[in-house]
Amino acid sequence: MKKLLAILLTTLALAGVAQAETLRIGTEGAYPPFNQIGPDGKVFGFDIDIANALCDAMQVECVFVTQDWDGIIPGLLARKYDAIVASMSITEERKQAVAFTGRYYSNSLRYAAKKGSGFSVDDLKGKAIGAQRATISAQYLEDNLADTVSIKLYDTQENAYLDLSTGRLDAMLADTYVNYNWLQSEAGQAFEFVGDPININDEIGIAVRKEDAALVERLNQAIEQIRADGTYANINAKYFPFDIY
Amino acid sequence: MNFQAILDSLPKLLSGTVLTLELVGVSLLIGLLLALPMALMRVSRRPLVRMLPYGYIFFFRGTPLLVQIFMIYYGASQFEWIRESALWPILREPYWCAIIAFALNTGAYTAEILRGAIQAVPRGEIEAARAIGMSLPLAYRRIILPQAVRIGLPAYGNEIILMIKGSALASTITLLDLTGMARTLIARNYLPVEMFLTAGLIYLAMTLVLTQLFGALERRLGRHLRPHTG
Amino acid sequence: MFELQGFGDQILLGALMTLQLAAGAVAVGLVLGLLGASAKLSRSRLARAAAGLYTTVVRGVPELIIVLLIYFGTAGMLTALAGTFGHQGYVELSPYAAGVTALGITFGSYATEVFRGAMLAIPRGQIEAAQAFGMGRWLTFHRIVLPQVWRIALPGLGNLFLVLLKDTALVSLIGLEELMRKSSIAIGFTKEPFTFYLLAAIIYLGMTVVTMAGIHFAERWANRGLERSRT
Repeated sequence: MKKLLAILLTTLALAGVAQAETLRIGTEGAYPPFNQIGPDGKVFGFDIDIANALCDAMQVECVFVTQDWDGIIPGLLARKYDAIVASMSITEERKQAVAFTGRYYSNSLRYAAKKGSGFSVDDLKGKAIGAQRATISAQYLEDNLADTVSIKLYDTQENAYLDLSTGRLDAMLADTYVNYNWLQSEAGQAFEFVGDPININDEIGIAVRKEDAALVERLNQAIEQIRADGTYANINAKYFPFDIY
Repeated sequence: MNFQAILDSLPKLLSGTVLTLELVGVSLLIGLLLALPMALMRVSRRPLVRMLPYGYIFFFRGTPLLVQIFMIYYGASQFEWIRESALWPILREPYWCAIIAFALNTGAYTAEILRGAIQAVPRGEIEAARAIGMSLPLAYRRIILPQAVRIGLPAYGNEIILMIKGSALASTITLLDLTGMARTLIARNYLPVEMFLTAGLIYLAMTLVLTQLFGALERRLGRHLRPHTG
Repeated sequence: MFELQGFGDQILLGALMTLQLAAGAVAVGLVLGLLGASAKLSRSRLARAAAGLYTTVVRGVPELIIVLLIYFGTAGMLTALAGTFGHQGYVELSPYAAGVTALGITFGSYATEVFRGAMLAIPRGQIEAAQAFGMGRWLTFHRIVLPQVWRIALPGLGNLFLVLLKDTALVSLIGLEELMRKSSIAIGFTKEPFTFYLLAAIIYLGMTVVTMAGIHFAERWANRGLERSRT
């Protein structure tokens, strides 16, 4: 009881201390190479680098808060953080709950399956396809293939890959670059892309509460700035040999 | 509170409820089939026979259901020889992994409930049965087990409720039971409070119905023990 | 098979957090249980109804749902509440606090019944004698009733604690880094789920055994000086 009270009071106290211009950024921390948690417990990745660059451009301090993907938008709405930089796609559905900046990279979805398994996008009937819950991959599967395939949704991308590598799934539908990253890893050696990228007009943006229109403006300007002065290109090159904007 | 979203979510939540009831029903059945022989072993006069099921019972009562589910679902897939064996088509499916985990879990608890109930049957009745020449199996069938069922009913009713609540963990291995449906819906409508409250109410409805049913069953089976009126 | 790849300390840290979580929850739960039992035995119909609602609802809903509901639900409520006191910014319930609250509420609902049974088992004569002496309600409660309630309720509470220890695993699902969560993290690196979940199971079994021993000794101590009827 005392510990609960102490935690509550401490959080209240800390939150009450007015920081000069700190921006709290919400991210997942389980989505390599965009955001993941290292052995030191800190988040790192493409999203983190971009967020830091944007904060520099806006001359504010960035503080990162990790949140499980399922609760990342509810967390924003509950004011746990002020912006979500976690490879979130801009969708009409999400726009009903939050506001988005312009894009900071482009995305598409692609299937990954075992080499030589004969999996083909023309013959999906009855196959077990996995995706992370609450992502646009999950949405795509639910909206288009609900009657054709057996959709398996996972809490984390990691658990989904675990089932893919042991053969519980026939294929995985996920963001192209996330799949690309996994296919390069040791676990993904026996797997490959199947089929062309789908959902190719997907834009990744930063989610912000609807009432924070000023923040959207500042973030958009910052995005333009880091695109113009080469910072973006540097970060891009660090992770991918191709341009992902 | 977004009531429209709650109404819209009902069809999916109810279909999830059907899976929940299915998981619970099948697991309880298998669990009972496992529990009976184990309970009989646990009341045996021979210490070796008594100890036999103890390891299993101790493990499944002493560890969280979540660990048991994950061990079976994710753990089984770790081993090459399981993936290549004839077991794989079964263990591959989250549905069967959940059933196996639930059945083994409830089997252990039910075995202990049954054991306690059998041991609570009045000694005198068993002695009398043997004295008039009933064989042990016959004594079990006519005297011991019917009474054990009556004695163990409250505890077993409680176990069924615990199983219904435990079934919510099936959502952690991709199954779309009531809880799984709720979490899937939240992923689209961002209304965790509305969805979990609704799911919670549906679970509550199930447990209340069960409590009433068991209360009635207990009264009926025990009516010879209560003072008659008139 | 037990190639832990350096995750040993992480697992132990997780086990420690599990114990901290259980300790926090039991503290909350005992308080709620005592309050609930007193309410159920009170003369006020409102108190009895409220306590009845509490135990019926909480015992009929899966612990997982309660954990998720409190974790997601309280953030918005607390922030709004703090807002009315003029506090800007975010007030959150950390996974630890949410876990303690949810598990404490669950423990409390079952403990209410245990305490109620224990309170009813205290011979009325003792309470009447205390009142005849002129002891007030509160004095009677904490000098006569409470000490005996602990003794009678101990087995039941012990069982509830064993259940609580296992329920802590659920809090891993809202990100608290207790034993289950640490195991999942280790599995993310090592890709050996069976190894780490088996290890976690063994640790839980260890905690169970130690707790059962602890309860046994606590019962022996609580019943010191008491003549138990021999059958």
